[in-house]
Parts: sequence; C-alpha cells; structure tokens
Amino acid sequence: MHLDHSHDGPAAVSADARRPDGTRRSLRIGLGGPVGSGKTATVAALCRALRDELSLAVVTNDIYTREDAEFLLREAVLPPERITAVETGACPHTAIRDDISANLEAVEDLEDEVGPLDLILVESGGDNLTATFSRGLVDAQVFVIDVAGGDDIPRKGGPGVTTADLLVINKTDLAPYVGSDLARMSADAKAQRAELPVVLQSLRSADGVREVADWVRGQLTAWTA
Amino acid sequence: MTRAALLVLADGRFPAGGHAHSGGAEAAVKAGRITGAASLEEFCRGRLHTTGLVSASLAAAAALGLDPVSLDEAADARTPSPALRTAARRLGRQLMRAARAAWPHPELDALAQRFPKGSHQPVVLGLTARAAGLGPADAAYCSAYESVSGPATATVRLLSLDPFDATAGLARLADDIDRVATAAAEAAARAVTEGVDSLPAASAPLLEVGAEAHAAWAVRLFAS
Repeated sequence: MHLDHSHDGPAAVSADARRPDGTRRSLRIGLGGPVGSGKTATVAALCRALRDELSLAVVTNDIYTREDAEFLLREAVLPPERITAVETGACPHTAIRDDISANLEAVEDLEDEVGPLDLILVESGGDNLTATFSRGLVDAQVFVIDVAGGDDIPRKGGPGVTTADLLVINKTDLAPYVGSDLARMSADAKAQRAELPVVLQSLRSADGVREVADWVRGQLTAWTA
Repeated sequence: MTRAALLVLADGRFPAGGHAHSGGAEAAVKAGRITGAASLEEFCRGRLHTTGLVSASLAAAAALGLDPVSLDEAADARTPSPALRTAARRLGRQLMRAARAAWPHPELDALAQRFPKGSHQPVVLGLTARAAGLGPADAAYCSAYESVSGPATATVRLLSLDPFDATAGLARLADDIDRVATAAAEAAARAVTEGVDSLPAASAPLLEVGAEAHAAWAVRLFAS
C-alpha cells in the first residue's frame, strides 16, 4: 500500500499539498518586487519574528551573486542549512514563473534535509513590476515596493501590484526625504487591489515587520486548517 | 506517439531548467574565446562535435531502451569535470519533473526512484523521448540541438549579441547537427550488440577546465 504514496506517482509534480510520503508539505510564500525595495530585509525580519514559533527555511534567487543568501547568513537569521540560493541565468522571473524547476528542487531538498518545515519563504531576484510567482511554486505571494522607487508605482499597477496576495509598501520612514505621498500611494494601491490587503511598513522601527508577520501567520492557519 | 511531441520536447521554453545554464559559454566569454557571433558559432561547432555527440549518443541509446543505469555510468565516465557531472545530474532531475508531468511512464518513474537527485540529463532526455513515443534519432536530434542552442541563447544575454546573428549561426550549423544526430543514432544501434562502452567518448578539455573554474566564481550569471 505504501507504494501508492511513493516518490514515483506522477502526482508528486509541483503544487501538490502532499509530500511523497503522504504528509502535508510546508506552506510556500513568495516575496517578489523591484531591486532594492527591501525583499531581503523583509525576509530577514520575518525570520527573526517567526523562527521561535515555526520551523522555517528560505530560498533566495540571486541574479548574479549569492549576496542575498550571504546577507541572511551573515545576519544569522537562520542556521545556514536552512538557507538555499538558486541561480537564475540572468532571468529571475523565468525561475519563479515560467520554469520553476530549480526552485521546486530547492524547496523539496530543504524539506528532505532540514524538515519537517512549517514555512518556506521563496525570495525572487529583484525584477520588474510584471514579475509574479507561479502557483506551482508558491501558495501565496507578497509584492514588496518602496516609497523611494516613486510614489506613482501603485497607480501604474502591473501584475505584481494588482494581483499579489499582499502588497507591502516599504521604507515609509523615507517618505519625507524623497517627497513621496504615503496617503496617495495607499489610496492608489487600494484602488488597484480591491479587497486584497496592503501594508505600509518601516523596518527601521521596532517590530516593524509585525503586520506582515501576522499576515503570514494567518496564511499558515488557513493552510493547516 | 506523434512526431509533434519532438517539438514540445525540443522547445526552448520546455520547463526543464536549461535557462539557467550557459553550456560553458559564460566561462568562454570571460576567457575571451567567445567575443561575437563568429566565435560563438565556432564554439558551438566544437561543442556539438564533442559534448554534443556524446550526449546525443547517450540520449539515443536511452530512447532505444538500453539500460539507463549503465548509460548513467557511461555518462559519468565521459564527464571528467565534477562541476559538469553535478550540472548534468541537476538538469536531469529538473527534466525528469517536466517529463513525468508531460509523458507519464513507468520507466521514467523507475529512473527517478533509482536517482532521486538526478540521472545525467542526456539519459533522462532519451528516456523522455521514449516515453513520448519518439525514436532514438529524435532523441539524438533534440540533444544535439540543445548542445548548441543553450550556449547561443546565453551568449545573446552575456554579450548583448544581436539575436539575429546568433540564430543565423545556429541555422548554419544545421548540416553539422544532421551529421552528429545521425552518427549518434548509429552509435546507439551498435551499442545494442557491442555494449555501452562502444558509445562515442569525444571530449572538449577546455569545456571541462572552464567549467571547473566557472564553478568557483563568486559572481556569475549562469549556473554552469
């Protein structure tokens, strides 16, 4: 009977909620967004906020270095065996959307080697406003933009801003210095996203990641229900 | 059981992980051996007749039904660079996932179980062709073409090369691809009686050396 749950059933392909041994796999949350918007800083803050209550791991998709992975290692947000870097061949969006095989391999290896895991955060390489994650790779996705990238980004929209399960407008502390209108960004984002949530965040303040961490906890509750 | 399956399998957008690999082109660009469309074409010609021939023969033999475990050992023996062996197994594992989704087949399941971290990509490619109802010559064509299309695409990104020049170079290699695929299919047929040791073992030392150096770079665009 065991064979029905073996590695080899064609069912164990990508988005399956079950692991080859029949157990439920971890929740996978993607974090995407433009270069420099604070994806890695958000991942680091989430790790610090959640690591004592959850078993978690991180996959980074650096574009041409291992800097994101090395930042997380240097900050010691997780033990090194819980952080994996995927190389993307100059096309970060391909690796999270069109050809997710290397990322799937990474999340499966993490579950095999350091599991059982509750949560895997998959951070994309910095990309453009159209980069979204395949539903074959992640169960939910966060799109991170920042106030310094221009306060017209929410109005411009695009798949990341309009369809991500959570939109984070980061670095709100910089708004006065770069002349960004937070109220306008927030209103534009809400107009683009209807019911989908938006969080304005500054990681400079203590507990700055709390709202995003609470959203992640909510996703996990729904996943394990 | 349709020839059109070959188009699906050979499509550059087939989601099997190849986009992150340059087939040695990134190391060759850095070393100054690929500087433009002409040197890219010569690089591809050399790769086709060495690595390409070996890969195409392994793929054709797997498509013909030769023992994939023996073919995997034969691939190891023909790949001196540990970095290239690692890359080939990783790509084999990634191809396996796409293959099992596209053409479910008990022989693919058995190979995946035997090599959970991946068998050599050409062996998986040949077995995928078999699962798709394609023949050894089809598998050889697919593998031979991949041996040059990967570096060409990568070089377009690395050197901001005119994509029309790169594609024209691939088109000029068509006769060579015909010859290599035919030779590979013939070698696979011979291996049925003469064993897998009789398969081609051409090698390109600079590709092996370059791959080892490339694997140690701190900053690179491609995984291999």
